Amino acid sequence: MQNATTKSLILATKLFATECEPALAWVSLLNLNESPILSNLLRLNGLTKAYPGVIANNAVSFDIGVGEIHALLGENGAGKSTLVKMIYGLVKPDSGEMEFLGQSFAPSEPRAARQSGVAMVFQHFSLFEALNVAENIALGMENPPRAKVLSQQIREVSAKYGLTIDPDRLVGDLSAGERQRVEIIRCLLQDPKLLIMDEPTSVLTPQEVETLFVTLRKLQSEGTSILYISHKLDEIRTLCERATVLRGGKVVGTCTPSQETAKSLAEMMVGAKLQTPKKAATELGQPLLKLENLSLQSKDPFGTSLRDISFILRAGEVLGIGGVAGNGQDELMLALSGEELVDANAISLKGEFIGQLGPTPRRLRGLLAAPEERLGHAAAPDMSLTENSLLTAFYRQRLGRRGFVNKQASENFTKAIIQQFDVRTPGITNTAKSLSGGNLQKFVVGREIVQNPTVFVVNQPTWGVDAAAAAAIRQALLELASNGAGVLVISQDLDELMEVSDNFAILAEGRLSKPQSAKGVTIEEIGLMMGGSEIA
Amino acid sequence: MDFSAISVVSLLATLMVAATPILLAAIGELVTEKSGVLNLGVEGMMIFGAICGFIAAVETGSPLIGFIAAAAGSAALSFLFAILTQYLLANQVASGLALTLFGLGLAALLGHQYTGIKPPSSPKLDLPILSDLPVVGPILFNHDYMIYFSILLVAGVWYFLKFTRKGLVLRAVGENHDAAHALGYKVIRIRILAIMFGGACAGLGGAYLSLIRVPQWTEGMTAGAGWIALAIVVFASWKPWRIILGAYLFGGVTILQLNLQAVGVDIPVSYLSMAPYLVTIIVLVIMSADRKRASLNAPASLGRIFHASN
Repeated sequence: MQNATTKSLILATKLFATECEPALAWVSLLNLNESPILSNLLRLNGLTKAYPGVIANNAVSFDIGVGEIHALLGENGAGKSTLVKMIYGLVKPDSGEMEFLGQSFAPSEPRAARQSGVAMVFQHFSLFEALNVAENIALGMENPPRAKVLSQQIREVSAKYGLTIDPDRLVGDLSAGERQRVEIIRCLLQDPKLLIMDEPTSVLTPQEVETLFVTLRKLQSEGTSILYISHKLDEIRTLCERATVLRGGKVVGTCTPSQETAKSLAEMMVGAKLQTPKKAATELGQPLLKLENLSLQSKDPFGTSLRDISFILRAGEVLGIGGVAGNGQDELMLALSGEELVDANAISLKGEFIGQLGPTPRRLRGLLAAPEERLGHAAAPDMSLTENSLLTAFYRQRLGRRGFVNKQASENFTKAIIQQFDVRTPGITNTAKSLSGGNLQKFVVGREIVQNPTVFVVNQPTWGVDAAAAAAIRQALLELASNGAGVLVISQDLDELMEVSDNFAILAEGRLSKPQSAKGVTIEEIGLMMGGSEIA
Repeated sequence: MDFSAISVVSLLATLMVAATPILLAAIGELVTEKSGVLNLGVEGMMIFGAICGFIAAVETGSPLIGFIAAAAGSAALSFLFAILTQYLLANQVASGLALTLFGLGLAALLGHQYTGIKPPSSPKLDLPILSDLPVVGPILFNHDYMIYFSILLVAGVWYFLKFTRKGLVLRAVGENHDAAHALGYKVIRIRILAIMFGGACAGLGGAYLSLIRVPQWTEGMTAGAGWIALAIVVFASWKPWRIILGAYLFGGVTILQLNLQAVGVDIPVSYLSMAPYLVTIIVLVIMSADRKRASLNAPASLGRIFHASN
């Protein structure tokens, strides 16, 4: 029996869906029967919010039932965040009204929303790394009890919902999954009637996602409603009873996710047909990039040191590196780009040892990199697109001579990127920060690909990018590989890695598993690898 | 050279007097920095406090009113910095430097007619028996009230930051202002209050110089004490009790140097006067050598401008 439960926990999300759908339907029926009068917990009516130049929400109306898990779907910029902020009292609507349990509801600040019973788990964790778990939780409560009592309560709630956590640990030392538990416990201690979750699973391993779903279902069975925001359509199909789809600030549809396919949901979000990127079958060629026992001590006190990382990247190969954020991804990126120097022999490019070379010589030899953080690392926010392309392409593309910039050449280079990668921008003199996330990401990736790299390393190529732009970026990576370059993709998005990679490895606690073919791997296996256990 | 002329007892007693101005300024700056604001204007706020306190004490004849005026004056001056950096989103480093220059100039202007006047003297603690004890008496129980107040203030700040809800919120704001804002805390209001507390403390430190330590008014009399206070906050790695350690260490070096000069140590005076500052630099280098530890202790949002994006 015990064994059976554990097994069902690690079942793939899709399997879980078919198993649990009858149960879900039963639960919602039960709730409707028990409380027919209060079938609506929250009702939104014509909510509108405009910012200069853009209408974030345009007459949005829908309702959430008591004990319902309701999905809010939409691309980046569809207005999901603004809507949620209005419910949580962070933003005031320009017009429209809300009703909470039949009463007019207009929270002027988060405090008021929390008092009414609305709690929220944020997308980017709103935690304080230098404070401990109990202090973090106390900050999210209206009237926290004394430290000792609170620690006791935290232990009780975490035992009840299977969210193991030690109240005295520093949040900076916790994993992403543990941090999310802190956020959830913080919400649960206030007995919320409505729990808002903004992209809760983007940083979790599949096993952690299953644990989270068990918790959410338990909450639901106790009558708590959940507003669940996610890009991940399979999850929504598994978990949610109804979905409201936003596009361009408007509600474009309501549906029952379990009756839709992931593709039909995505097309509803985008409002157009989607094409899955395809790779032309190619033979893998010569080894291009070779790492041998690369170790790097992290300089970040909350970072992860790299230990004995070895792999070979061949021509025409896309090697995917998965794993939960904070397991050494940033450090690996720094070691490969040349921002952190390592043992000369640890990295070789076409047989030449380059571990002791900085970014510029590595670029000249054909190893180009695009880091995860678009603004501030990959691009300088306040500089124009031309200046930003100069920053990485000056030497490799010979955009200047004797230290002087060739204006014409650099502008042409920038225009080429914009054209090839369909970067939507008014012009090349616009600043990097004026671009939307998806467009800037296309620019950052395109800037390197146009330079014709021998080996291209990219970290989180489609993080926070909408579906259409993500597909375009993945397609570009695949084309680059078909043309004979080696591509290394570091990502937390498993679906993405399965889609683009030839071979696949997991980074866990600073160690890299042995790369294996991406063809035969299942999601469960990956999940176990992400947890740190090795697969033979 | 006759080292026996240096009396350890009077050395320790004067050490506390020399340390108190920087102790007061540093504990205020610690609270400001814990809220995530880097105010480099401590020197300017100190000297402005020195002249405000001096004028008020001379005109009313009461040192107590002098200290209150110093705290109020410097808090008002720091409010200027608060408006610039919190509402107008000006750069904190530039605004802080400007505040120092402004404070120095304004204090010189106000103090023009007050040079050479002696302020009313402050009462000293005089406990029967305790104050008359040999050795311990002069070191611990025979000071002016401000010295005891400064130590109580450090204890108060420690208790506030560690045990109270408001202290936790203040630390949270300094740690991650976006998260604090998302939880509904008033980042700007909290920071303004912290800046003004820092200003008031710097003012008290300045007034301690002009009313007790020196005691008279001379232009530029803080002579870099504000900068040392800033350094001590880093030295103390943002922990209140270590502020006392840092301030007394620095006070000790200053007094020792004066005493060495007095007994005629065969080193040019300039070297001795440099000593405290050199020691401060060396200690700071040692402290920050361990990058992990230094970045762990510094408030993560320190010096970053907060702009609510919604």
